[in-house]
Amino acid sequence: MTGKDAYLKVENLTKMFGDFTALEDISLEVFEGEFVCFLGPSGCGKTTLLRAIAGLDIQTHGRVEQAGKDISGLPPLERDFGIVFQSYALFPNLTVHQNVAYGLVSRKTSKPEIDARVAELLESVGLVDQEDKYPAQLSGGQQQRVALSRALATKPGLLLLDEPLSALDAKVRIRLRHEIKALQHQLGVTTIMVTHDQEEALTMADRIVVINEGVIEQVGTPQDIYSRPVNPFVADFIGTMNFLSGVAGNQAQVRLGDIELTTNNCPDGIQKDDPITVCIRPEDIATRGVTPDTENAVPTVIETLEFLGSFYRASLAVQDAGETTIRADFSINLVRDLDIKEGQEFTVALPSDHIRVYGEIFTHADDLI
Amino acid sequence: MAPAAALGIVRHKVSSEDWIMRGILGAIALYLLVAIVLPLYALLSKGFQDKDGNFTGLDNFTEFFTTPALSQSVANSLTISSISTVIVVSLAFVYAYALTRSCMAFKSLFKGIALIPILMPSLLPAISLIFMFGKQGFLTFMLFGNEIYGPIGIVMGEVIYIFPHVLMIILISMSMSDGRLYEASQSLGAGPVRTFFTVTLPSIRYGLVSAGFVAFTLIITDFGVPKVVGGQYNVLATDVYKQVIGRQDFEMGAVVSMVLLVPAVIAFAADRIIQRKQVAILTARAVPYAPTPSPRFDAIMTAYCALVGIVIVGILSVAMFASLVKFWPYNLSLTLANYDFSLRDGGGGDSYFNSVKMASWTAVIGTCVIFTGAYLVEKSKGFLAGRAAMQFLVMMPMAVPGLSLGLAYIFFFNHPGNPLNFLYHTLPILVICTITHFYTVSHLTAITALKQIDNEFESVSASLKVPFYKTFWRVTVPICVPAILDISMYLFVNAMTTVSAVVFLYSPDTALASVAVLNMDDAGEQASAAAMGIMIVLTAGGARLLHAVLTRGLARRTQAWRKR
Repeated sequence: MTGKDAYLKVENLTKMFGDFTALEDISLEVFEGEFVCFLGPSGCGKTTLLRAIAGLDIQTHGRVEQAGKDISGLPPLERDFGIVFQSYALFPNLTVHQNVAYGLVSRKTSKPEIDARVAELLESVGLVDQEDKYPAQLSGGQQQRVALSRALATKPGLLLLDEPLSALDAKVRIRLRHEIKALQHQLGVTTIMVTHDQEEALTMADRIVVINEGVIEQVGTPQDIYSRPVNPFVADFIGTMNFLSGVAGNQAQVRLGDIELTTNNCPDGIQKDDPITVCIRPEDIATRGVTPDTENAVPTVIETLEFLGSFYRASLAVQDAGETTIRADFSINLVRDLDIKEGQEFTVALPSDHIRVYGEIFTHADDLI
Repeated sequence: MAPAAALGIVRHKVSSEDWIMRGILGAIALYLLVAIVLPLYALLSKGFQDKDGNFTGLDNFTEFFTTPALSQSVANSLTISSISTVIVVSLAFVYAYALTRSCMAFKSLFKGIALIPILMPSLLPAISLIFMFGKQGFLTFMLFGNEIYGPIGIVMGEVIYIFPHVLMIILISMSMSDGRLYEASQSLGAGPVRTFFTVTLPSIRYGLVSAGFVAFTLIITDFGVPKVVGGQYNVLATDVYKQVIGRQDFEMGAVVSMVLLVPAVIAFAADRIIQRKQVAILTARAVPYAPTPSPRFDAIMTAYCALVGIVIVGILSVAMFASLVKFWPYNLSLTLANYDFSLRDGGGGDSYFNSVKMASWTAVIGTCVIFTGAYLVEKSKGFLAGRAAMQFLVMMPMAVPGLSLGLAYIFFFNHPGNPLNFLYHTLPILVICTITHFYTVSHLTAITALKQIDNEFESVSASLKVPFYKTFWRVTVPICVPAILDISMYLFVNAMTTVSAVVFLYSPDTALASVAVLNMDDAGEQASAAAMGIMIVLTAGGARLLHAVLTRGLARRTQAWRKR
């Protein structure tokens, strides 16, 4: 993406509500045609950032630039964007047609043109025969599509989606994910979506911006964010992660109790004997063909086996590393082939490529509950 | 990257839309400034002046409290207001209990009957009482030698007049009770008495206290009832009238109306605090209570409601009958002569049409101004200081009794130096005064309706480049039509029945029906007064009926988008 000029630039943006800093020094670039997700826990400031970009709640400091034009202080009416809210905010007393045509009517577009545009939009979301219904007569998913059509009707340069799927049932949500993504791809409209649902962000976004407590934690592709989280917060927030406390050893070595592990991902600046956090995802733990000679082999005892449908999640007690427990995913095959039972001894390996080391002590969010 | 730029606070560009919003909001704030703040200031400063306008400090107040005839009114007002409040809250509580917690028949009929007094000027029930219990009354024997003129009459009149207001407040708080609490109480083995004291009473206690405050304020500031049946028993409200109209002592009138302001302001403040608490006890997951039939209890409740209903209908019927006979109680042959107002004192037949005209203007202009103002306060962005000031201004009218407002208008608008002096003694000033008098309740009705509308409508329309006023007209107003009808009905009915504020402001050309009732009663023309009162009731009732028809028709037409 580098080399191209960014379509939307956010520079050193800070938003204060009284003494509370909702966003601190946010800088960000979004490229033309890109689908970017703002992902973070509730109250992290992601919606505030979206509203600042829209001009609905203008930032305290900082610049926003869209298509080469400084729009920092402009009211929403003078910006170029379409928006879909979590509540959809469909006008209840207007029909589907009137809702979608709402922004076109005030642009002095001729009536046949409006009708053609509305028909085209409704066709692309599969609602052609619902034109004359009122929003209350539609299902949640249909309402969502109407809201999307209305936002796209005026061909905005930027589409903003504020938790557009969170009011829907799980199944409808999954279907709409694909529909929205496909429509966005087809129209090529630059899109920013706010969500707290990591799965939504991972499946839909070209790039994800992880936000926590008003600052950007990491920006990257879904694969990047998932496999190379830059800090324990991102590692914990996205996917499932084992957090093991240890100490740094020589060079690429870390120690968990009596166990020595080799890693390729040790960050700079960590001295020998510094306390560290060692992370590995349950699905990255090697389970087949592990012998005591395998790199990073760890002898464990299976404490529990939790059946999760397509796989088992095992809790493995690591005696040599104090009271540490590691979660690992066991395939159905593995459990069947080896006749694995709770209480059994079992050796796994923590592949050095998949181990991530952070030079800070991290308390897993679940432990606080 | 320009770190230096990051330090500066972003200057919001104020769009032309924002200027329109601020301009309208500013205009409405200016209206309230002229219509309530400045007159009130004129009133307050008058209380500290002598006849020539010299500042005299507290001299007027010293005179007030050292003149036994005047200070006695304070005690009288407090006495009858307290007694009436206790009676009316108890009666309305049982009535509301019957309507919400029993399975008796004809609930909507009983509710309708209970609301009849709202359609009357407060003078009318008092006039009716005189027909019933006065010197030639057919029920006078029931007073056992006591006179209706005085505290007994005032309390009876006030209880009837205030009953619907109190009933509505209690009904609302009762209908908000959570049915699950009753199920829990029953499943834990509590009997009906224990359930009543542990569930029912605590859940409506704020409603009861609020009803009490409202009743007390309405009674102590009401002028119609004591004017008609007060006799020699002086209260604050009649004192203001006597000082100003009778003795032309405007300074003392100002002092008395300031004294009247005190309980009204206290009650208003207390009510606001309580309302805030009332909201907090209600959870979104509450389940409405559904009563179960119990023949004995339902029968008792029906009998009670029938009794109250008979009294209310009786009051109306007596006034109506007395207005239709030649000479009560000696010649009971029917006639319409009392409805020929051209022969009477107090403005003649024009006064009725003046009232209808005034009430219509009040309803139309008042609804437009109040709803627009409420919309801007609720939905506009930024301009925090302006909106906060507005929120304070709109609450002020509620704390000012009508008599004080009317007197304040004399001082402010009749001042020779006031450029608005030309309004004095015209129909517009009556409209302005009436809109202002009933501003707060209408504003709160509008706010309640607007709060139910998605806050993002304005954001969406901005993103679609549609100016806010188009969305206001195409979306917000249509959605709020029921509330808009409620507000205009409320303003119309109150404009028809109000006496207190306008009694100081009318001129011979702009006499009003409610004032005509007062003047005809003063002149001893009780039958004509009753006739004019009935005209008001019929007109206000007609407006209510029209409102019901419109609301129902609208509900049918908009059913498609309101309900799934």
